[in-house]
Amino acid sequence: MIDHRIDYYPTHEYQTFRFRRGRPLPFGATMVPNGVNFAIFSSAASSCTLVLFEKGATEPQVEILFPEEFRIGNVFCMIVFDLDYEKLEYGYRLDGPFDPSQGHRFDKSKIVCDPYAKVIDGRDTWLQPPNWDNVYAYRARLAFEDFDWEDDRPLEIPIEDLIIYELHTRSFTNHPSSNVKNPGTYGSLRQKIPYLKDLGINCVELMPIFEFDEWENSRKYEITGELLINYWGYSTVGFFAPKAGYAATGKYGMQVDEVKTMIKDLHKNGIEVILDVVFNHTAEGDHRGQTISFRGIDNRTYYMLTPDGYYLNFSGCGNTLNCNHPVVRNMVLDCLRYWAAEYHIDGFRFDLASILGRDQSGRPLTNPPLLEALAYDPILAKCKLIAEAWDAGGLYQVGSFPAYGRWAEWNGRYRDTIRKFIKGDLGMVGEVSQCIQGSPQLYYQRGPTASINFITCHDGFSLNDLVSYNGKHNELNGEQNSDGANDNNSWNCGYEGETEDLQVNILRHRQIKNFFSILMVSKGVPMVFMGDEMGRTQGGNNNAYCHDSDINWLDWTLVTRKWELLRFAKLMIHFRRAHPVLRSRYHLRNQDYVGSGYADISYHGTQAWTPDWSGGSRVFAFMLCGKHAKQGAVRDDDIYVAMNMYWEALPFSLPPLPPGRRWHVFANTGASAPQDIYPPGQEVPIEDQTRILAGGRSVIILVGR
Amino acid sequence: MVNFAVSSEMRGDVAKIRLSGDLDSSSATLFKDAVAKLAPVPPKTLVLFMRDLNFMASAGLRILIFAKQKLGDQVNIYIVQPQEQILDTLQKTGFDQSVYIVDDDPL
Repeated sequence: MIDHRIDYYPTHEYQTFRFRRGRPLPFGATMVPNGVNFAIFSSAASSCTLVLFEKGATEPQVEILFPEEFRIGNVFCMIVFDLDYEKLEYGYRLDGPFDPSQGHRFDKSKIVCDPYAKVIDGRDTWLQPPNWDNVYAYRARLAFEDFDWEDDRPLEIPIEDLIIYELHTRSFTNHPSSNVKNPGTYGSLRQKIPYLKDLGINCVELMPIFEFDEWENSRKYEITGELLINYWGYSTVGFFAPKAGYAATGKYGMQVDEVKTMIKDLHKNGIEVILDVVFNHTAEGDHRGQTISFRGIDNRTYYMLTPDGYYLNFSGCGNTLNCNHPVVRNMVLDCLRYWAAEYHIDGFRFDLASILGRDQSGRPLTNPPLLEALAYDPILAKCKLIAEAWDAGGLYQVGSFPAYGRWAEWNGRYRDTIRKFIKGDLGMVGEVSQCIQGSPQLYYQRGPTASINFITCHDGFSLNDLVSYNGKHNELNGEQNSDGANDNNSWNCGYEGETEDLQVNILRHRQIKNFFSILMVSKGVPMVFMGDEMGRTQGGNNNAYCHDSDINWLDWTLVTRKWELLRFAKLMIHFRRAHPVLRSRYHLRNQDYVGSGYADISYHGTQAWTPDWSGGSRVFAFMLCGKHAKQGAVRDDDIYVAMNMYWEALPFSLPPLPPGRRWHVFANTGASAPQDIYPPGQEVPIEDQTRILAGGRSVIILVGR
Repeated sequence: MVNFAVSSEMRGDVAKIRLSGDLDSSSATLFKDAVAKLAPVPPKTLVLFMRDLNFMASAGLRILIFAKQKLGDQVNIYIVQPQEQILDTLQKTGFDQSVYIVDDDPL
């Protein structure tokens, strides 16, 4: 029996606690027979002390100094026996130089959290005021890995078939109208799975669920009295630990089980889970920030520093994680492998990912070791890897992110191009034609699945607000409206903000439908922002990071109030899922390679076969030949899309179909509901097969069968 | 003082365990011992009476998981009349999918 082996017996004792030299790997706290193995790295600490608490106690139960002989290289390791796994909280004190000019900021008066902590206590209930005098605020605990996954595994849906839905866990169900038990939690997200399934999406991208402190930078906005907080969570305290405050069972310490149950349920319903991960910085801020973990363990290793020891700030949040240092790189790998293996996560979206391609002094690398390692990692091999391919230091890499044949990117150029086109800007037709092909001008080598197409996301306006506001209105953030992007490419349709004007609202609805239509017929991978399908508004706030209110919370009464938009969005999503010709791993070739008589894609204008590429054009049409679906392996319907962003109706002559096939209208954003869209398979044949009239600022989608 | 009591009986291939009080880390061992005693000759049915169980912490949940995994997939586990907090915990952590939640003794 393993627990009778000599290497699982204590050799030392201190204040009734028995321990022995441990194993340097894995890092973190690992349950072993009869005890717990603690292993922590520090290249510059002169000593390290393990600090143990009984759960919730104000003072430590014991502090055990690692004997010098318990250090292997730069790793302190110890097995402590007979611990109560359920009640254990642990941390470390590390002693060493405090010499910021050399990058050292040791402070043995602080108890620091294990970077590999799998569970973190201290923020167990959302926004419950903490004990500000706590000697150890974010307390590492052990995680139990006995969850019964049954036969669950990552779904491995081909990326070209994904339709991604970005959501914030708390926002999704915290509004009173959500009508769920335990609003704002992982558990209540499960209760909305039927809605997601009915909508047709097959992937949720969760905004950060790694443990963070919602109280960070909290302040009262004096004008309204609202408490502004770190709501979105882009400020990680613990990379390996799920946010307890998002769990209904967080107060019982069962957040791990609750997250896994949510993932298992999503998978059961054919929905993948992508996590938004924030490895570009930590919650410790700059030199004025608090010491939570990394700063007190090995500041020089974990952070990018200036030559005189200040923090480089490519994140815009005070510090930058030193991702291409081998130790930090290994931590990132360990972390993602852990989430993939233990939580069955299907993919990761990397916030400000260009930081991950910088070297230790912040210079961009042409062959970043971390990005390469992630791309080739055996455990992450089937995970989607998505980069937000820019950072706050000006490194913009959309189209040039080091991809190694694996990485996809949030395509900011797609977003900007389609926004400009739909609001009627001139000179956009050429770029639009690239966008709907999956941006081959950016991703020629990688295929269209490198392009995550989106119109909106958590950064910026919601889709409703994109068509309701010309400018941002972030006054409630308390920063004099100076925060948030200014280049929104939005258009208010004639009135700033909410209005009763019928014509303005009709146009706004049409524009929203135009956005949805183009997004869903474009090659690449579409992403939708939570609530856009039902016209969610943030009141014009395009940087709502700090509001725990209905600025962010999804108002579920919109399901009925905006039923027309929801119906349209849902049917557009279902249309994309029904037509493999819209979803491809490979770029279009702009030629007929199956002998159908039609190129895989052909371009048109108001005249068939005659696109208007001129700078004065606001119209564009294209046709996808159904026989080229999946490179000719699958037969699909032909699809024709006409986009008229001119403000008056224009006739479009239609390319003729082969004998026996007819054009049917699937969607016409210029028509009123319910004639604006039909369920896939129930499209209506058009009378005149030679031409169709597209209303001003509208999109028509025809199906040829 | 541990505010928890557990009693068990075995009849044929049916095991019944009654739990009362608070099931937390200080009392979980008692429950675990009761389950472990069943393992050598696993029952086909395990009935857990929880009407008088007021509270269940993570430690208690771990023992339920232990029971499920130790006794094997063939065992049907019934949980009788769990109180609301416990039922909620079972649902949030997914354990309700591994057992039958019932109002009365199924046998």
